[in-house]
Amino acid sequence: MSRIADRKVADPGLANGVASLTPEKIEKVVNQVLKGETGAKLKVYQETCMRCGLCSQGCHFYMSHDFDPSYSPVNKATETMYELMNKKGKVTPDQIYLMAQMAFTECNLCKRCAHYCPIGIDTGYIMSMVRRICYMLDVVPQYIRDTSHSHASTMNQMWVKDDEWIDSLQWQEDEARDEFPDLRIPLDKEGADVYYSVIAPEPKFRTQLIYQAAAIMHAAGVDYTMPSEPGWDNSDMCMFVGDYENMGRLKRAHFESAQKLRVKRIVMGECGHAFRSVYDMGNRWLGYKNSPVPIVHAIEFYWELIQQGKIKITHKYEKPVTIQDPCNVMRGRGLMDKLREVVHFLCEEVVEMIPNREHNYCCCAGGGVINCGPPFKNTRMEGNRIKAEQLKATGVHDVVIPCHNCHGGLEDIIGYYDLGMHGKFIGDIIYELMEKPEL
Amino acid sequence: MGISKWDWETGQKTVVESLSPIEGHGWQEEPYVSPDGETVAAIVQVDEGVFSVRTNDTVWENTFDKIWGLKFSPDGRLTAICQQDMEWVLVVDGEPMGETTDYIWETKFSEDGSVIATMYKGMERYGVCVDGEPWEELFENVNQYTLSADGAHAAGVAQVQSLGQADIEGFKKGIYTVVVDGVRWPNKYLNVWGPAFDATGEHVAAQVRPSVHAYTIAVDDKPWAATYGQVWEPIFHPKDGSVVAPVRVAGKWGVAKDGNILWEPRYAQCLYLQYGKPGNKLWAVVAPSYGEFTVACDNAAWDVTFPVVTDLVVSPDGTRAAAIGNEDNTNFRIVVDGKAWDGVYDMAWPATFCPGGKNVAAMVEKDGKRIILVNGKPFERSFDMAWPPIFSEDGAKVLIRAIENNSYVRIVADVARF
Ligand code: SF4
Ligand code: SF4
Repeated sequence: MSRIADRKVADPGLANGVASLTPEKIEKVVNQVLKGETGAKLKVYQETCMRCGLCSQGCHFYMSHDFDPSYSPVNKATETMYELMNKKGKVTPDQIYLMAQMAFTECNLCKRCAHYCPIGIDTGYIMSMVRRICYMLDVVPQYIRDTSHSHASTMNQMWVKDDEWIDSLQWQEDEARDEFPDLRIPLDKEGADVYYSVIAPEPKFRTQLIYQAAAIMHAAGVDYTMPSEPGWDNSDMCMFVGDYENMGRLKRAHFESAQKLRVKRIVMGECGHAFRSVYDMGNRWLGYKNSPVPIVHAIEFYWELIQQGKIKITHKYEKPVTIQDPCNVMRGRGLMDKLREVVHFLCEEVVEMIPNREHNYCCCAGGGVINCGPPFKNTRMEGNRIKAEQLKATGVHDVVIPCHNCHGGLEDIIGYYDLGMHGKFIGDIIYELMEKPEL
Repeated sequence: MGISKWDWETGQKTVVESLSPIEGHGWQEEPYVSPDGETVAAIVQVDEGVFSVRTNDTVWENTFDKIWGLKFSPDGRLTAICQQDMEWVLVVDGEPMGETTDYIWETKFSEDGSVIATMYKGMERYGVCVDGEPWEELFENVNQYTLSADGAHAAGVAQVQSLGQADIEGFKKGIYTVVVDGVRWPNKYLNVWGPAFDATGEHVAAQVRPSVHAYTIAVDDKPWAATYGQVWEPIFHPKDGSVVAPVRVAGKWGVAKDGNILWEPRYAQCLYLQYGKPGNKLWAVVAPSYGEFTVACDNAAWDVTFPVVTDLVVSPDGTRAAAIGNEDNTNFRIVVDGKAWDGVYDMAWPATFCPGGKNVAAMVEKDGKRIILVNGKPFERSFDMAWPPIFSEDGAKVLIRAIENNSYVRIVADVARF
């Protein structure tokens, strides 16, 4: 069995944070969080876990490292949270470094293991509480920390300034008018049915996704709007960093911008973690049992449009595709059937990855791991050999990936393992196939 | 033009017979109406790539490459954010206000509408532009700006220090502060949110993050001594200069005043603090328990709760309040003084009190029709589209601005008729 200490990765966020820790501070913060923020659940988990190891096969890290027990969910919990609980916070700064590395980069909070545990222990939850403690100790990997700073400062993930956001939408509207002369991206249209929300990488790097969404909304005749003011970004790295205070602030901005525009519901783009933030974590921190404004994930929205006959395609996608099931909208929302109905509507042939649906392996980018940046790219690559094997076994070249994180993660894996495959959003395919006006 | 000068004669007038696009126009966007209800306006595409604004049955003479952000000021002037030859300017009643620049957005008005402001960007520097005049000093970034009630002052959050890529240690030293009329506060903070003026416009309070895990309120750059787990928007007392804000302590929300606890933290949520004009009572939206929201006055919560409560409105004398309750954006109710009106709706807009505080009006939507309510009773017919009602000064009449059968109509109705 390897040890986390053998694979320590240099990261300034972790190193600088640990440098200013004292054993007293660690003890105080650990006990504060354990006492004030974790309920009976953690204690029950620790006391009832029988160390049977059935969760191990649930974890892609374990499977990809030749069944190295160090990567087993139960070991991750044991080396981090259970150690903190047993020692009542009396651990060294060096240990905190390693615990942080494990919690932030060797667990995607994907919750797959919970399906394999006979008593349903949710190691993803345990690791997110380790992250919370690390955040309160100011020990967080540099790159993801920076995105959380952006979130707190601009209410979006990529330091997009207020004018740059509007400008990107207007630019995409302009571009799209060459193809659809009367297309609009309606800003701040009060009372629209749908508020369309995206994540900051879209205006920053993937503007074609905004273009495509606008084209689909236009063709389907959806009464929608996008806000000109902050709140438009549904993503949430504060959640993954353990900065729940600013997770709450972010979600307030998001929900309030939709409430202010008096829309019926929020439709979000193809993103998984953002769904968890608006549907599970951020809303609850604010005191809401559900989302104060209903959230519809793009998979579900496209499914609806197809059911209503509002998406018309000229032909089906001819090449065979496989499907990546994003954890947060599969295990978190149960969209596996709808995803398949959408993909089968669009594509001639689907070759499933095995296992799939709610048992699908995580992309290894989720849970903020990809956001920890270049220092941890190898952790993701080596930690998800199983996904590469899964992808390869399908024998297809195109992967339908309805999640931004999964996209980044799978593209990296495809490159690293030289699989010669390519990822596509559902929006990419709909746009490619949809009927367009003849100019 | 004050409300008292509007046409308050009871009856209905068709202001625009047909709202169909004017002949030759490619398309016409969603309508906006003036506060007095005499004008309806929309952005129109007059030719490919050429836009203008339709007001009633006429069209602005000037055309632009792009137009967005149509807004009427409280004094009835029509503003639009317009682009011509790649440069942007605010256009007011068809005429540009000030010089063109790289970008403008977020139009705001003083209470009476006499002052008009926007955010402003020129040569990659940011500031506020008031009545066409940008601040003398501009910054690397400014956001969350606000105007004082009389429009004499503007404040925002400015980035006053550059930050390298992923420089998390630099961030922790503080790169933000409040800037008032282009002049920055001396202190820097990790974050600053939602600066707010007092009634005189002389003082500013804001939420600040002085260190990674601490949040508090700074008033004129002086942070309170106490810090909290999180804070929300501060407000000034309308008369005595004190400041209150929701604060989070050990996972529960309460209210602090000038850095001391005023409402003991016991709520799952507490936000949208408000005083009436005299400052006699303090109101807020609170969640006495998880998932159950209501309104509290001086820390006493109403009995009625909803999964979501928004749009708290306090009567001018501060003794009454109204809010919107809903079930996750469905089944909207108007709640006044702790009692929900009978109707259940698909959407609701903020209620409004008449100046005397006796009557309450609101607009709601049901099955795609807009309904105007006064004291819970609907106007005799509903509309395809409408805007929130406005009371006359004596509170005896309401102005209804609505669209029916493709005509824009202006109705003055006696409150007694409801
Ligand atoms: S990565 Fe997923 S399966 Fe592995 S421990 Fe974390 S939550 Fe469990
Ligand atoms: S499967 Fe469950 S009980 Fe068994 S070791 Fe894993 S977490 Fe513990």
